[in-house]
Amino acid sequence: MTGVERIPILKIGDVLLASIQVDLQDRDVLALQEDLAEKISATGAHGVVLDISAVDIVDSFIGRMFATIAATSKLFDAHTVVVGMRPAVAITLVELGLTLGEVRTALDLEKGLAILAELGEQAPR
Amino acid sequence: MTREDIPIVADEDVVRVRQVVRSYAQRAKLSLVDQTKLVTATSELARNTLTYGGGGSAVVELLGEGRRQGVRASFRDDGPGIPDITLALTDGWTSGQGMGLGLSGARRLVDEFDLDTAVGRGTTVTVTKWSR
Ligand SMILES: Nc1ncnc2c1ncn2[C@@H]1O[C@H](COP(=O)(O)OP(=O)(O)OP(=O)(O)O)[C@@H](O)[C@H]1O
Ligand SMILES: [Mg+2]
Repeated sequence: MTGVERIPILKIGDVLLASIQVDLQDRDVLALQEDLAEKISATGAHGVVLDISAVDIVDSFIGRMFATIAATSKLFDAHTVVVGMRPAVAITLVELGLTLGEVRTALDLEKGLAILAELGEQAPR
Repeated sequence: MTREDIPIVADEDVVRVRQVVRSYAQRAKLSLVDQTKLVTATSELARNTLTYGGGGSAVVELLGEGRRQGVRASFRDDGPGIPDITLALTDGWTSGQGMGLGLSGARRLVDEFDLDTAVGRGTTVTVTKWSR
């Protein structure tokens, strides 16, 4: 048995960034969900960016993680953006029939941060 | 090697299936999109084998038919079987906590899909994708 692979979570301003660089086992996915929830509540971050530019497949389990992270973040008044989805992954997701729920997507990190900044301005606090 | 057997008994075996299928799909010269579709389909099926079948095994094979090459992956378990195949293949139907997209989605992502199941005896799902 190998252990849980923990995805590092960086804080940039009031946004949390998690870059997925490895082929995730289901238990790594669950660990990331929990780590992000804790970190959002601890830091009061207003946004979460999931960078999946290095991810070569997204199946229903990983797709559900995106939706769960978005729903959890929302409870803490934070928005979630998935950035860097590869074209082959996007095509496959559509055919698989997966919808990402409330999850926003953006081409790259810069555009993702711009979306979060915009959402933050719409709902000032 | 043109055939590989992979036991599916734990989380990491699902990752292993994805890796083996990816390398076979590359050897069969599937396009990047077709590789991604096949790997995604097999990831779903391997997880079903683990979650619902109680574990089992996968066989991944490289196929050659004239100038066409392909990859076939078969997932077998001796679990409870699927009582209602039509229901199980319906988008959004799950008996557990899933999204009910694994089987129906996998079927859409491949060229050939075969489901063989018997209640109390187990389930075998075989998928094939060909190079174009
Ligand atoms: N190997 C299997 N053995 C027994 N039952 C199975 C097997 N594979 C699938 N099933 C049944 O078929 C249903 C549908 O499977 P499917 O993969 O489409 O959805 P899911 O696994 O429930 O959710 P998802 O894959 O979207 O996370 C399952 O809920 C389960 O009841
Ligand atoms: Mg499934």
